[in-house]
Amino acid sequence: MTAQIPDPDRRAWLGLLATAPAGRLKALWAAAGLDPDVTLLRAPEIGAVMVRGRTGGTGAPFNLGEMTVARCSVRLPGGAVGHGYVQGRDRDAARLAATIDALMQTDAAPDLRRAVLDPLAAERAKAKEARAAKAAATKVEFFTLVRGED
Amino acid sequence: MYVATKGGERAIANAHAWLAEERRGDTEIAELSVAQIRSQLRLAVDRVMAEGSLYDPDLAALAIKQARGDLIEAIFLIRAYRTTLPRFGSTRPIDTGAMACDRRISATFKDAPGGQVLGPTFDYTHRLLDFALMAEGEIPEAPRAEPRTEPTPHIVEFLNREGLIQQEAPTDDTPPDLTRQPLELPAERPLRLQSLARADEGFLLGLAYSTQRGYGRTHAFVGELRIGTVEVEMDIPELGFAIELGEMIVTECETVNQFTGSKTEPPQFTRGYGLVLGQSERKAISMSLVDRALRWKELGEDDAGVPAQDAEFVLYHGDNIQATGFLEHIKLPHYVDFQSELELIRKLRREAEQAATRQEAAE
Repeated sequence: MTAQIPDPDRRAWLGLLATAPAGRLKALWAAAGLDPDVTLLRAPEIGAVMVRGRTGGTGAPFNLGEMTVARCSVRLPGGAVGHGYVQGRDRDAARLAATIDALMQTDAAPDLRRAVLDPLAAERAKAKEARAAKAAATKVEFFTLVRGED
Repeated sequence: MYVATKGGERAIANAHAWLAEERRGDTEIAELSVAQIRSQLRLAVDRVMAEGSLYDPDLAALAIKQARGDLIEAIFLIRAYRTTLPRFGSTRPIDTGAMACDRRISATFKDAPGGQVLGPTFDYTHRLLDFALMAEGEIPEAPRAEPRTEPTPHIVEFLNREGLIQQEAPTDDTPPDLTRQPLELPAERPLRLQSLARADEGFLLGLAYSTQRGYGRTHAFVGELRIGTVEVEMDIPELGFAIELGEMIVTECETVNQFTGSKTEPPQFTRGYGLVLGQSERKAISMSLVDRALRWKELGEDDAGVPAQDAEFVLYHGDNIQATGFLEHIKLPHYVDFQSELELIRKLRREAEQAATRQEAAE
């Protein structure tokens, strides 16, 4: 395994796995037909993280409130270690995310990307765009009434 | 006389059984699912998440179902649950400037970049009951337009550029956390904001309204109100970098307030800030007004002696779980306390009567 440096690719798939709807993640994984023999380094567990904001949006940090998170860490027989963090309380999803993170560091990566990550990314982008499109339709177009002074 | 009593187990068990039956309601009518609450009573879910101080729509919906729609009871359930969770860490501060806005309006700048985006608002509805909702029916799809892809800038930035508004310089300070250390005064602004973010919406609304009516007037404009989705990122030690852990809907309000200057500050606009989990603009606006009122000391303003300026009054009475806990405990058995009060009153009455009798005899 390579040294743990900030890896934009890995960061991107971990973020995708964290925010994926658990049902979709499980369905895509099942369809991928993989079943690696993983060792649990950290059993799936549910916890919370304290989410922070900033005063005035840009100033000093303050504690806004917590959010539920599930996490898990696994190791593949080949030695790759995967860490999974997912929003919510789904232990199975956390374990899946960890397993996928580990597999993405192996030769299985291209297949897994095609079968799981690409569809998740496409669905997320589509949902985001649909919301933005509805918001855009509610944007106010101002017009000025002609006044009788000239 | 002190009498220890015990009992009521059967009555309590039967009361809870009846509660379960009443919660279910008429069995001729289909049972409400947690998913239905989460999806169709979303603003109730948002309030429970905000004041329960835990972002988890499924849990909040479950709490609402269990509490039969009593939102403060539901908030109580969420607060109790969150104490059972281990804390994995604290996130990076959310970047509300990068929010995917569902709604974004300004009462101060008509033509701000990004525009006035109304979103799914109750504003401009006629507030007439819609009897069509009593029947089942298809909802027409919401119209769509070309989506905005770039981030929407904060409106107060425009005043910032001219130096006309008080700055909010970023720091990396670790904020105090009232879920870990008891709230103590004086409370700095980050601690006040944490307390206000989880405070009762009705309490904040009343206080904010009082400042508008003259009890500590701060003359607020809504500089910007935005509701939308933000990413939540946290540094993960085992990875050595930050990842996105999830996303959440939040409501942010920035008020712009008239400020003629003080001994320490030049004439400028000042800011009040509200940030709330979920969609709740009433609470976000209230929070920003109360935040601004509480800042009187740091801005060198006079103490007008009004409730909204009194940090002790605001912060110690805004938590509806603390409040309801203390308020409602007086309905629980106080037989012994009351017995002593009763004895005391009888004794005082006896003494008063005896004194009166003596007086009559003397006359």
